[in-house]
Amino acid sequence: MDILLIHILNSLLYASVLFLIAGGLSLIYGVMRIVNLAHGNLYAFGAYTTAWAVGRALGNAPAASPALYLLLPVGALAAAAVGAVLEPTLLRPLYRRAEEYQLLITFGLLLILEDVLRLIWGPYPLSVSALYEALGSLSIGESIYPTYNLVVIVVGGAAALGLWAFIYRTQFGVVLRATSQNMRMASALGVNVNRVYIEAFTLGCFMAGLGGAIVVPQQGAVLGMGVDALILAFVVVVIGGLGSLEGALIGALMVGVVREFGITFFPEVELAVLYLMAAVVLLIRPAGLFGRT
Amino acid sequence: MSVGALSRRSLAWVVPVLLLLVILPFVVEPYQTVLLSYGLVFAIAALGFNLLLGYTGLLSFGHSAYFGVGAYAVAFIVKYLKIESMVVFVFGGIAAATAVAAVFGFLCVRYTRIFFGILTLALSQVLWSLAFKFFWVTGGTDGLRVPTPKLLGGAVRMAVGPSADKQDFLSRRYYYYVLVLFIICVAVMWLIVHSPFGKALQAIRDNETRAEFVGVQVWHYRWVAFLISGAFTGLAGALWVPLNGLTTPDILHWQFSGEMVFFTVLGGFQTFFGPVVGAIVFNYLKTFAVGYTVYWQMLLGVVLVVLVLVLPAGIVGTVNRLALRLRGTPAT
Repeated sequence: MDILLIHILNSLLYASVLFLIAGGLSLIYGVMRIVNLAHGNLYAFGAYTTAWAVGRALGNAPAASPALYLLLPVGALAAAAVGAVLEPTLLRPLYRRAEEYQLLITFGLLLILEDVLRLIWGPYPLSVSALYEALGSLSIGESIYPTYNLVVIVVGGAAALGLWAFIYRTQFGVVLRATSQNMRMASALGVNVNRVYIEAFTLGCFMAGLGGAIVVPQQGAVLGMGVDALILAFVVVVIGGLGSLEGALIGALMVGVVREFGITFFPEVELAVLYLMAAVVLLIRPAGLFGRT
Repeated sequence: MSVGALSRRSLAWVVPVLLLLVILPFVVEPYQTVLLSYGLVFAIAALGFNLLLGYTGLLSFGHSAYFGVGAYAVAFIVKYLKIESMVVFVFGGIAAATAVAAVFGFLCVRYTRIFFGILTLALSQVLWSLAFKFFWVTGGTDGLRVPTPKLLGGAVRMAVGPSADKQDFLSRRYYYYVLVLFIICVAVMWLIVHSPFGKALQAIRDNETRAEFVGVQVWHYRWVAFLISGAFTGLAGALWVPLNGLTTPDILHWQFSGEMVFFTVLGGFQTFFGPVVGAIVFNYLKTFAVGYTVYWQMLLGVVLVVLVLVLPAGIVGTVNRLALRLRGTPAT
């Protein structure tokens, strides 16, 4: 029973981080119709920035103080800032062009950002496990479970809730949804589409950065983490439906559960099963479980 | 401009280029010839890839699957069947890649645009993860080694000896082997895209609905184009392994698919020879970048971004336009 609970918690842990990444990817696609291949790198950028910031702060303090946890969002803000710069400079000239070029430019961006991380932080992994260890662990029945993992789950859940409130309960959310449904009509009604695009892109990048920031105490930051995360996020949005946040949530939960149980029971084909899930969903419902065609 | 005029003009420079390719091994260092062999192999893959992108209007982000299947088929032939004949490699690689393309294509061609891209990507990643995880079959990340093969049923033998001979083999005999197959591929692809079948594909690309109304079975044509594309890419994979001596899951990873898209666009996907030029140039560019800096990915990324923003027609497309302008005809 305890084991099952731990598996479920682990699934939720994966799902939280995946939702943050895939939710941003899906939001950007929903509003701007761009599949951002560099999205995983923004997640990695968030992880590296947080690891770096916390590492610097730790250098001065002997032990991990609770104040250090306030530094976690730094990565999210950094990723958001990068997004705010990238959208108007690189993506905006491409909205009128064919999809191939949009994919290619984000692929170029992926290559560039991958090396920017290497350039800034070098080829070695960064870790801030102090934050992870400082919280200790809980005992669940006869097993123990790291408390920090629960923090990640809570942050992921809070992010999902916050995003929902933001999109369905605020003025900005209305404008965002209107632009996503019909960009021309929104523009004709006086919505500043350029501004909505930059805000949506920044928000999406913020979420990816947040995902990286909360995961880094547990896993550390390594080169290549962005590309791996991107593919899993792809699986999530394909299952849930590109452009749908509910879909991203359900997709993240499904992928989280399958991954956790896959690693336990069928480790060899765990990844293959995930990709096959995505392929099967695409075949049965091309727009995903919650997608609009 | 008419196809006839274009063909005649193409022929005018195809012949000198071919002559140059033939005499090259006698002029330059062996290393350069081996490098060019890689370029020619990628060019074959690019020809296949562009049948989908340039002529059918489908952007695949999973063509690493067919390249990788071609390569792994060869590695399996060596490992399990203990055969080292290049003819078997070539046919085995093509057959395996075509079989996989038949299945994947059957699933993928019902979709277009971004869904096609993501579906091809997801399916290619299935193969990557299998190659990655089933290490007792595929060698995992260590990959599988492939020895220098016998060419033409053993008629052209490699002198048994130290590695200098291998260099000699690759830069002379194997180079010509690749060159001949490359020329055959160019000729076959030229015939395909100028055949009624090729015209039908272009009609589908330009207007799917109209094509359907004039009686083109869109789904069927796309599937056959996918098969041919997969076969060419698989052949490239099979030719690549002996050159590289090793096959690893990297060539199945979607980033390699991205590179294929990259070099096709670099050369210009709206032209016939664009992808060929793009593949060869990309190979030099990457080799240079990797040797020049550890930040080679950034260099390639910057090239790609600049290309998309400034030169979307690619190298050949831009040169064609300039040539037309010099002649005084308005660019189309």
